[in-house]
Amino acid sequence: MTAPARASRVAPSSGTANPVRPRDRRSSPADVALLVLGACFVLPLLWLVLASLDAGAGHETKVPAALTLDNFAAVLTPGLLLQPLWNSLLLSAGTATVTMAAAVLAAYPLSRYRSRFNTPFMYAVLLGTCLPITAIMVPVYGLFVQLELLDSVPATMLFMAATALPMAIWMTRNFMDAVPVSLEEAAWVDGASRMTALRTIVLPLMRQGLGVVFIFVFIQAWGNFFVPFVLLLSEAKQPAAVSIFSFFGQHGAVAYGQLAAFSILYSLPVLALYVIVARGAGNSFAMSGAVRG
Amino acid sequence: MPARLRGRGLLRYLPLLPAVLLLLVFLAGPVFWAFQASFTNTGLTGRHARNPEWVGLDNYQRLLLDPVFPLSLGLTVLFVAGSAVLGQNLLGLALAVLMRRARRSVSALVGTAVVAAWVLPEIVAAFAAYAYFSRDGTLNQLLGGLGMGRPDWLYSWPMVAVVLANVWRGTAFSMLVYRAALNDIPTEVAEAAQVDGAGGWQRLAFITLPMIRRSIATNLMLITLQTLAVFTLVWVMTAGGPANASTTLPVLAYQEAFKFGDIGYGTAVASVLLLIGAVFGVGYIRLLREEKQ
Repeated sequence: MTAPARASRVAPSSGTANPVRPRDRRSSPADVALLVLGACFVLPLLWLVLASLDAGAGHETKVPAALTLDNFAAVLTPGLLLQPLWNSLLLSAGTATVTMAAAVLAAYPLSRYRSRFNTPFMYAVLLGTCLPITAIMVPVYGLFVQLELLDSVPATMLFMAATALPMAIWMTRNFMDAVPVSLEEAAWVDGASRMTALRTIVLPLMRQGLGVVFIFVFIQAWGNFFVPFVLLLSEAKQPAAVSIFSFFGQHGAVAYGQLAAFSILYSLPVLALYVIVARGAGNSFAMSGAVRG
Repeated sequence: MPARLRGRGLLRYLPLLPAVLLLLVFLAGPVFWAFQASFTNTGLTGRHARNPEWVGLDNYQRLLLDPVFPLSLGLTVLFVAGSAVLGQNLLGLALAVLMRRARRSVSALVGTAVVAAWVLPEIVAAFAAYAYFSRDGTLNQLLGGLGMGRPDWLYSWPMVAVVLANVWRGTAFSMLVYRAALNDIPTEVAEAAQVDGAGGWQRLAFITLPMIRRSIATNLMLITLQTLAVFTLVWVMTAGGPANASTTLPVLAYQEAFKFGDIGYGTAVASVLLLIGAVFGVGYIRLLREEKQ
């Protein structure tokens, strides 16, 4: 059935004899093409899942001879996994909190006051979002050496907050623009200050947007490898991204199953957070805040 | 009176202060430090770490004479053109177009697979890609199954491997941008063209693409900037090797600074990367401004 239909579409003379087809029939070639592409994207991840359940895992993708959770048990030790995960949590939550606080404060005057200063400032901030962060890691290392901030978790947190801030300011201002000023005015009449109105009226109304920004920054910080790799030197302070690299960089050749298990446990929190954002706020919602400006 | 007004005007912008301080100290600071340090012989350790000397344009002269630098620049262009401009961009567009024609359930399923590779922490994605392309990895299992040769991708074709890995990792961004853009096209436009007898490819070339050209330009700028900054993927998969065969600029800057201990030379490489990033960043902002006007 489908073969002639496809042939007639390929023919150049189809022209006017080409009525609008019912949706389900023309969808099948697109379905097949999509599924093939999707399979290509799943394949590398399939290895991760299968290897984590296989005691004798190597590079190849194979169904384990016997399913086992030994790999998970092996990496679920305080020193190997829990401490680094705790460090990741501290670093990411700290970064996201600092970023949010600075972004909300900055967004308020940018959203509420008219000034010639706003537009150039926003474009300067936008240029900041374009900065290739890996390019400034060598100079940042040099700066941290001179300021004696190397191996300091708070300083690393502040740096990561600064790198996330340009995007966060843009998104937060867009979300704040969507809250009508008239709602605040009532509070001013009652004698509330600008900052009180921001805290009690504006922020609760944009909490969904704030949640999106917080989770965006958190996911970025959680997954960041290069920044803590360069700035945090002592093992006790390193987040999971770095400890997984240094441990398996040394022992990886024998422990692929454990590497996969570690990777999965480390990835689960951000996958869960992403699902929350995508479900609650919608992809296009977050994207329009992030990309369109 | 005007003085008081100005004072109040500035005071109103006080909430901007934390953000401005963070951006100045941790983003603008390192950028200026980079340009300044690239004219010195700052070292990682030893005498030149504490008391760097001004060496003028020596580092840049070395860049021009160093055979690795032009190689690295070429590899970076290849990496950006191959994985971002061609790979992510075209594949993302293809996925977005196919998703509009496919069944809803299929497009949701495939969308999840594509986004999963993007949401994963970069170090995990890099491990998965490393296993996929290694000698006895999944790709060679597939090729072997088809009766083809099993090359050692990471040694014989390192650039092919990292380009494909970055396409896998980053296509989700382009896909999301294009899905949002395609959703904004009124359905009547496509239907009118269909009634006039335009085939699928003609509609894509003469109607859809011109209508989303702004999104295409914006997307190209953003993925170029993101891809310029990719470090972890290349570092984990090949570490720039073998023999500099996949040393993109971020890897080169890192190696010069931390492996060979020459911060001054490393920042000179980083400065070049920053300049390239700035050109694309300014281009992106001009695009956005045109869009607003």
